[in-house]
Amino acid sequence: MLQKKVPLAIVFVFGIVSTVQYFVPHPLSQAYYDLMLKWLIGVGSMAIFLALASFLRHHYSKLKNKKQAPYSLIAIISFLFMSVVGFAWGTGPSSLFQKMFIYVQAPLQATMFSLLAYFMASASYRAFRAKSLEATLLLVTAFLVMFSVTTFGNYVKGVPSLLEWIMAVPNMASKRGIAIGVSLGGIATSLKIILGIERNWLGG
Amino acid sequence: MKLILLLSLFMQTKGFVKVTAPKNTDGSYLIVQYRVPVAAVDSLFLYRVTGKGKKLIYTGTETSKSLSDMGLNYKNHYKYTLVYYSNNSKGEMSSALVKPVASWFDTSAFPLFLVVILYTGMLLFYLQSARSGKELYLRPIAGLQAVDEAVGRATEMGRPILYVPGLSSLSDVATIAALNILSHVTKKAGEYETKIIVPNSDPIVYTISREIVKESYYSIGRPDLFDTDDVYFVTSSQFGYAANVSATMIRRKTATNFFMGMFYAESLILSETGASTGAIQIAGTDAVTQLPFFIVTCDYTLMGEELYAASAYLSKDPMLTSTLKGQDAMKIVILVTAITLSILELFGVHITLGLF
Repeated sequence: MLQKKVPLAIVFVFGIVSTVQYFVPHPLSQAYYDLMLKWLIGVGSMAIFLALASFLRHHYSKLKNKKQAPYSLIAIISFLFMSVVGFAWGTGPSSLFQKMFIYVQAPLQATMFSLLAYFMASASYRAFRAKSLEATLLLVTAFLVMFSVTTFGNYVKGVPSLLEWIMAVPNMASKRGIAIGVSLGGIATSLKIILGIERNWLGG
Repeated sequence: MKLILLLSLFMQTKGFVKVTAPKNTDGSYLIVQYRVPVAAVDSLFLYRVTGKGKKLIYTGTETSKSLSDMGLNYKNHYKYTLVYYSNNSKGEMSSALVKPVASWFDTSAFPLFLVVILYTGMLLFYLQSARSGKELYLRPIAGLQAVDEAVGRATEMGRPILYVPGLSSLSDVATIAALNILSHVTKKAGEYETKIIVPNSDPIVYTISREIVKESYYSIGRPDLFDTDDVYFVTSSQFGYAANVSATMIRRKTATNFFMGMFYAESLILSETGASTGAIQIAGTDAVTQLPFFIVTCDYTLMGEELYAASAYLSKDPMLTSTLKGQDAMKIVILVTAITLSILELFGVHITLGLF
């Protein structure tokens, strides 16, 4: 029982104080905010150790599986290698750690990112199949938007202004609608958590 | 107008060093304005004078200027002395002693404060209504109605469920909402003894999601179902995480994929891979730029606030659902205000309520 009541009490007190803090520019209020940020960093730092332990345990358990073992072995070796390199020779601009980051990790990330081009093509194909009135509208609008940003589109009378209208009116209206809903939902969720009505984050 | 001109003429001939303590600040700075009583200067030096001595804060040749002196202590008094040299003659002016103002309330945020109070009041009103046992109607949300079906499908196929709680940290409300939904999905999966895999990209989110899954299994009386290896930390690297999760979908042949929380460019990689494996997919995010990708690739998508409403919807707890009514009431207030102000604007009545 205490296991749930203590976190709820902490959330209530700090939730209320942090809300009030937003409206108080006094240095004492700022000092409180800075202290909270330091605590956040501290808690985050401790969580990193738990996360790393999870990473190693997860991949270690995969070593028993023949199909997945090579990938997990690479993950463990890479983790240990980068840790040793970072601790032994530092993480300065010309260090081996940075070189590994720039010449190995960055290209790997870019490779994953480039996959988006193919995925976007297949997703667009699915989205633009004119099966219903809404899908047809989407197809026509997408065609107009894509056409208007091409070289030819710029020379067709009325197309650039139509693009401007699509982006500034229907597109912006829907974005703002979602943004208002998100803001209100965010405040309501925060209040539910602060007041202890929403307890699912404690496991229900 | 004449008075202002006369005043400025008087000020120009006399010269001045004026110090203002701005309101609604933490009292860490003062605004210093000066004007020298000559047409041009060879050089000038502005000093901050305290009980401990004087410190040069500005040097230049401008005859008039306004600047902010930062890094002050709101408990001290400050005086400013301007020394200038013009045609080999020296002049000196000083301001009065001024103390910075450290405000206890930011009055410029008062309209926002009122809105927060109004909205909180509305939410509390509906909470009270729920306490009194009043029945509240919730419109059906297809994505949430499909949660049972999605978990059931995984059970029938004997395959695991994948739950991705987004790539953001716990400071994001979307992540908190995602963790709230995780609890419901885990309980449902636990009832059917279906495995749930939760890969995480944030260390803090990982520790919390692990506890949520563990506690959810406990709450349905099945602590034996919890496997530490099912809730794990992958990496904080955005595309490294996308690669791992995509591989998990393919290798472990997940039957149902949940993408809840905050997503960035990796959203399409994840959902398109999931679609290619034939899994039933339910996504929920408040990231406006990623919503189109989820809508295209997932079977159901919770848009924006629907993600926040999911926990209330799934739990059917009147206390939680009542806040959704409060949200709707506030939306009506915003809508009516926006329409009224727009009509007034058309008639040339310019009212911003201090919000813009």
